Amino acid sequence: MSGMVQKRGFGHYMTHAGLIVGVLIIFFPIWLAFVASTVTQPEIVKPPMPLWPGDQFFANYKSALVSGVNAPVARMLMNSAIMALGIAFGKISISLLSAFAIVYFRFPGRKFFFWMIFLTLMLPVEVRIVPTFEVIARFGMLNSYQGLIFPLIASATATFLFRQFFMTVPDELTEAARVDGARPMQFFWDILLPMSRNNIAALFVILFIYGWNQYLWPLLITTDPSMNTIVMGIKQMFPSGDDVADWPVIMATSILAMVPPVIIVISMQKLFIRGLVDSEK
Amino acid sequence: MALLLPQLIITVAFFFYPAGQAIWQSMFISDPFGLKSQFVGFGNFEFLLSDPFYRASFATTAVFSGLVTVASMGVALFLAVLADRLIKGSGVYRTLLIWPYAVAPAVAGVLWLFMFNTRVGVVSWYLGNLGYDWNHVLNDGEAMGLVVVASSWGRISYNFLFFLAGLQAIPKSVIEAAAIDGAQFWTRFRTIVFPLLSPVTFFLLVVNIVYAFFETFGVIHTITSGGPQQATTILVYKVFSDGFVGQDLGSSAAQSVILLVIVGALTIVQFRYIERRVHY
Amino acid sequence: MATIKLDGLRKSFGKTEVIHGIDIDIEDGEFIVIVGPSGCGKSTMLRMVAGLETVTSGEVQINGVRVNELEPMDRNIAMVFQNYALYPHMNVFDNMAYGLKIAKTPKPEIAERVGAAAKLLQLEEFLQRRPRELSGGQRQRVAMGRAIVRKPDVFLFDEPLSNLDAKLRVQMRLEIKELQRSLGVTTLYVTHDQVEAMTLADRMIVMNDGMADQIGAPLDVYEKPATVFVAGFIGSPATNFFGGDLVTGSQNTALISAFNDDERAALGQPATMIGIRPEHLQVCEPNSAFLTLTVKYTEALGAETLIHGKLPKGDAITIRQSGHLPMPEGGQEIGAVWSEHSVMVFEQNGRRV
Repeated sequence: MSGMVQKRGFGHYMTHAGLIVGVLIIFFPIWLAFVASTVTQPEIVKPPMPLWPGDQFFANYKSALVSGVNAPVARMLMNSAIMALGIAFGKISISLLSAFAIVYFRFPGRKFFFWMIFLTLMLPVEVRIVPTFEVIARFGMLNSYQGLIFPLIASATATFLFRQFFMTVPDELTEAARVDGARPMQFFWDILLPMSRNNIAALFVILFIYGWNQYLWPLLITTDPSMNTIVMGIKQMFPSGDDVADWPVIMATSILAMVPPVIIVISMQKLFIRGLVDSEK
Repeated sequence: MALLLPQLIITVAFFFYPAGQAIWQSMFISDPFGLKSQFVGFGNFEFLLSDPFYRASFATTAVFSGLVTVASMGVALFLAVLADRLIKGSGVYRTLLIWPYAVAPAVAGVLWLFMFNTRVGVVSWYLGNLGYDWNHVLNDGEAMGLVVVASSWGRISYNFLFFLAGLQAIPKSVIEAAAIDGAQFWTRFRTIVFPLLSPVTFFLLVVNIVYAFFETFGVIHTITSGGPQQATTILVYKVFSDGFVGQDLGSSAAQSVILLVIVGALTIVQFRYIERRVHY
Repeated sequence: MATIKLDGLRKSFGKTEVIHGIDIDIEDGEFIVIVGPSGCGKSTMLRMVAGLETVTSGEVQINGVRVNELEPMDRNIAMVFQNYALYPHMNVFDNMAYGLKIAKTPKPEIAERVGAAAKLLQLEEFLQRRPRELSGGQRQRVAMGRAIVRKPDVFLFDEPLSNLDAKLRVQMRLEIKELQRSLGVTTLYVTHDQVEAMTLADRMIVMNDGMADQIGAPLDVYEKPATVFVAGFIGSPATNFFGGDLVTGSQNTALISAFNDDERAALGQPATMIGIRPEHLQVCEPNSAFLTLTVKYTEALGAETLIHGKLPKGDAITIRQSGHLPMPEGGQEIGAVWSEHSVMVFEQNGRRV
């Protein structure tokens, strides 16, 4: 597309203009939230609020982190981090092992397990909320990190992706390792894992964001505000009834809720996009 | 063999068991205290299918996901076409446009709520100045509009990435051949680019619909709580409100099962299509 | 240092038998080439010796010990694969050292062995590079280096040169030959290229559809092919074949050519085939020839000339002569003669008489 219609001049500038407008529109809500997090409450309550950042940056963010509205945001950030990292690492490790088992070993029921795993691709957690809640309650895992993490690593999407990747590893490589004397687990550790680095990295980004942005599930199983994750905790900062919300703090929290995922996505951008686009095939 | 064990245990305990439970529970009606339950077979399902509220929710979901899908894919395609035209610089725009992907739907909900809040929202204030009284708390259409926009906003990044990759994968020689044959931009787009993009488009269609069905819970809960008067109660939200707020476990479970069937069907369609397309 | 013995080796995949019984005794230090067209089973045989395929019946012995049940790593063999199979995330040094590392060889010894192999293969400056930064030929050598450092009893090569360009192939096969000679390790080498086989082998196994049509030294196979297949496969341009029989008379043999089976049957003899190599035919005047042919076209290749013609009954025939002899013209009728011992007669079942 580019070479043919790339003209210096009108078409070119229009293209850039269009994209810039697009970026501005997309960024507007984020920008506004940032501004709101740097001004005082009265400035917001009396519309229109200013469109340029104020000077309350440190005050508001400190207030949010230290006391928040019903729980310190710093605590919520930590909860989110633990949950997201737990989900990412947990899912990746068990999937690697399962995919390895499915691709490289022959054992009875292999096909059955594969289809079983395949089934789980189809159902996000939202569909099984009620009974999963009961299971977690029965295990006594309400209001706990395990409760936050386990149900979200139960689906086998990552296993499937790794399986697809492992199948592209040439047989010759496995045979060469066999001739070299590597036992299966050595092969897994010394050769398969390093070769999977790209996929693991991409999956890490995706899973981290998936875990960090979880809403419904943490909402259900945490009743203790100190276990709130930051994404679900924001809604709870809104007062019920007619009170005015503490907008600066809420907005500061929103911005904080965005920062870790954005950092991870941007810094691993190349890797992640390649992995995303390739893995969905 | 033992390698599979961790995966198996977790999947069975936290997936199959609850899923099975959901199916089981869907066939019971329990009293509000959860003390007694009565087997009703497909009774819950029958009730749901004739329940006007449930049907309304169905319609709402259809409208909602349709709008979100079209909006987010349309804008994304437009931006991707623009970005594809650039030889350099597309990377910068890509970096900038990725941001919303990292934003949780629930947070997106809060951001848009903030802008349109009846009391302090900037946009609603400006609209007020122009004579338009925005109030999504009372007005169905505006509530729907707001959640659609908030949901689409986050989705644009994801679709943009895929469309851009798809566009960049089209061999330039094909486009150039068409141009030599005399086709102008719009014709080229219609007859060559778009058909070649169809695998990506189809894939995104399914993924976006699934997204609209499920992951938008956060948006709805944050902005409208399903209101006003259930005007924005999409199916998954209803599962939540009936099950957790209304404590009607049987009905909620039945609704889960219905959703399960829908998603299952969509996923199967997607896989069949992809498998077929891959051999090309 | 090892001898290899294959005793009645057979292999079936499901109900299909693909290797129909191979027997050979290989001496210590011998370079054996298994050659044949695609699909004849040569790679399968190699992999059975390696331990990567199971043996359906028969025995593989290394140094007199039955190894059928042993894993590759327990047979003390090393293998060079067609696509080199280098570990992409490791540099050259680690690639070569991997097998030794697993065997828990002490580090200094690893460094020494890898260093020696690298020197032998001129890889010293590449030790820190990754496979993707190397050319095809260099990767080839790394694959060989990996095999050498393990000091195995047997080297196994699975069409290692097929992915290289023609010029590199010629150079590499000489290097392999020299390497093997200096290391003296028993080697089994699989290829579909008969030129490679002729150059490298101490003895060849010519495989045809799962059977070993002939086992012997290259020149023996060339001069005394056991079957039509071997005669046609070895040597380029390919042997000329036509139906016919020898009539022994004076010291020169003349031909009765009966080009179709009906005529043959009418003569009441079993249908035999005559095989003559293009390089064994000499052009002469038609009236003093054993055979006459009409020239269709000629290929002037510089050092040699190929004359393609047609025999009276329609069979194609090719004559190869030195480049500085006069070339006949298209359409011209010429004659051909040959020396007595260069003609080959084959019976109906393909076996040579």
